[in-house]
Amino acid sequence: MPRPEVLDWLRNRFFPHMWCPGCGHGIIMHALLRALVASGKSREETVIASGIGCSSRMPGYLDACTMHTTHGRSLGFATGIKLAKPELTIVDVMGDGDCTAIGGNHFIHACRRNIGITAVVMNNNIYGMTGGQASPTTPLGAKATTAPYGAIDPPFDVCKLAQGAGATYVARATIAQPLLCEQYIKNGIANKGFSVVEIISSCHTQFGRKNNRRTPVDNLNFLKNASVPLAKSEGMTPEEIEGKIVIGEFVKRNAPEYTELYLGLIARVRGDKV
Amino acid sequence: MPRVEFWQGNVSLAHGALAAGCRFFGGYPITPSSEIAEVMAEELPVLNGRFIQMEDEIAGIAATIGGSVAGLKAMTATSGPGFSLKQENMGLAYMAEIPVVVVDVMRGGPSTGLPTSIAQQDVMQARWGSHGDHATIAYAPSSVQECYEIAIKAFNMAERFRQPVLIMSDEVLGHMREKVVIPEEGSFPILNRKRPTCDPSEFMAYKPDKADNLPPMASFGDGYRWHITGLTHNEWGFPTNCTEEIAKKSARLMDKVNAYRDDIVEYETESIDDAKVIVLAYGSVARTALSAVRQSRNKGLKVGYFRPITLWPFPDREIEALAEKAGTVIVPELNFGQMILEVERAVHGKAGVVQMSLVNGELFQPSEILEKIEEVAR
Ligand SMILES: Cc1ncc(C[n+]2csc(CCOP(=O)(O)OP(=O)(O)O)c2C)c(N)n1
Ligand code: SF4
Ligand SMILES: [Mg+2]
Repeated sequence: MPRPEVLDWLRNRFFPHMWCPGCGHGIIMHALLRALVASGKSREETVIASGIGCSSRMPGYLDACTMHTTHGRSLGFATGIKLAKPELTIVDVMGDGDCTAIGGNHFIHACRRNIGITAVVMNNNIYGMTGGQASPTTPLGAKATTAPYGAIDPPFDVCKLAQGAGATYVARATIAQPLLCEQYIKNGIANKGFSVVEIISSCHTQFGRKNNRRTPVDNLNFLKNASVPLAKSEGMTPEEIEGKIVIGEFVKRNAPEYTELYLGLIARVRGDKV
Repeated sequence: MPRVEFWQGNVSLAHGALAAGCRFFGGYPITPSSEIAEVMAEELPVLNGRFIQMEDEIAGIAATIGGSVAGLKAMTATSGPGFSLKQENMGLAYMAEIPVVVVDVMRGGPSTGLPTSIAQQDVMQARWGSHGDHATIAYAPSSVQECYEIAIKAFNMAERFRQPVLIMSDEVLGHMREKVVIPEEGSFPILNRKRPTCDPSEFMAYKPDKADNLPPMASFGDGYRWHITGLTHNEWGFPTNCTEEIAKKSARLMDKVNAYRDDIVEYETESIDDAKVIVLAYGSVARTALSAVRQSRNKGLKVGYFRPITLWPFPDREIEALAEKAGTVIVPELNFGQMILEVERAVHGKAGVVQMSLVNGELFQPSEILEKIEEVAR
């Protein structure tokens, strides 16, 4: 049972939610709320933005300043809000399609700017909302409604993409490790710059049913067994890592945050004392 | 002594926006609009405002809408291809009722078309470009002075009606230099969005006040918690499938402009009272048209001039009355016939409507319009 401080963040008026029973996204929502509570954030000073997808429906359920925008573009909106009011805490929740397909350009540029936003990428390897089409993170060979003979497109590694593009905090966990999800989101929020927390979620309805993971339990078991901690993975051969999900914190580094730079620029051009 | 400047239209428009209180600009460079972004990049930090060059026009308007949600008056500016890219997120601003000003400095199209030449081919896109029904407010300035003044009006309307307001400038106007007399601060009205006064627990972001049928708007970070979505929503802002709520929201998006149509519609006329022929033109073309009208008056022809300042809402009733009296309306446009469709709709067959189209990257010559007037007047 969630703690009362966590329940305070739910908009009861908006329930029941639209997710299928057993959808992995609910585990991420709970982890996010625990992370926000543990970080001491207030609902009035917290913005939760999203694009479009099952994952992106999350903000509607959360009693904060919430914005459900257009498919793939949420980081653009979040960037505007952060730049206008840098004091706000901004979390941008997005699906794998939202983040890496239609929103891929916005994603890498948010990483490059290192703007103080925490992106929670809810990766279920599929377009859940639109009926199970392949996404840029659908594994090779997996079946999707638009890849009925198995996917031939090489998938993105969201964390490597974020690291390469300049994000200053990058971590991955799966919904089979809810406490780790909470911890990483919390660390992401604590990071001043752009943070990416990829959480491998599950969609038994659209992905599982075509890929031998019909039930939510099948999916959780799969994710639990496939997860390999980063430290352990370092001693493994590429063959051994094949098909596994490496979890852990990949990037933790300091770099100037974008809105701090902009406020510094304002002070400089106005001749203010800093 | 009022301040006088010798400015390009784009520069004037940017300064007008700043005078209106614009404190956020998100954009992406594109000819012939880039000077607007350049002025904003230079001036906004000085005013403790925010400028950001985004990765494309889609992100440019997204950031702009975000800036507005966080409480700043916000604008983006673009041209042709960029205007097409902005349409989806403009739809979000219509649906979610977020005030923003969007400038399109029109150039020739389709596609990359004529980046450095004038056209008026986006005026229907301004009205219908974003999918779904919504009411449009769009201005067409025709002098550098007016670029300044219309920027202020556009912000006032965006803030008042909580929606995008468009300024349809054009390449000639954007790059032409003219004298601008800067109006004294306080000599023009500045409207700011209506803020909620209720307790945050009672705030319904989409519940219109009884008095004016317009909902107040909070900003993220000012103590109110609320939900924004592009899904059709109820008065709480939550997505709905209830037919009554859908009908109510959809109608209100139209009504909020239609009901205040007379407050919004603007136009200008000259020597119209006894006119037998009216030349109706907007933007840079209106300047050519006015010159032709004056020349024909000198020749003793009864010709009048009508310039819609708001393209949307279109001054249809006003045109209907004048056209019926006159008998003929000539509509010169730098497209193959866009606003002429509205003129035809407005006059209801009570007057002849004569099309003049020019699509070669240039403006009409006054003599060409004069020739048409003489042909029609005969
Ligand atoms: C511009 C645009 N293109 C396509 C869509 C249709 N669409 C809605 S959600 C979605 C994919 C969602 O997948 P993902 O981001 O992975 O989220 P999930 O539903 O899996 O959580 C698509 C393609 C849209 N809403 N807007
Ligand atoms: S379709 Fe998949 S992602 Fe969407 S709610 Fe159902 S299980 Fe979750
Ligand atoms: Mg997905």
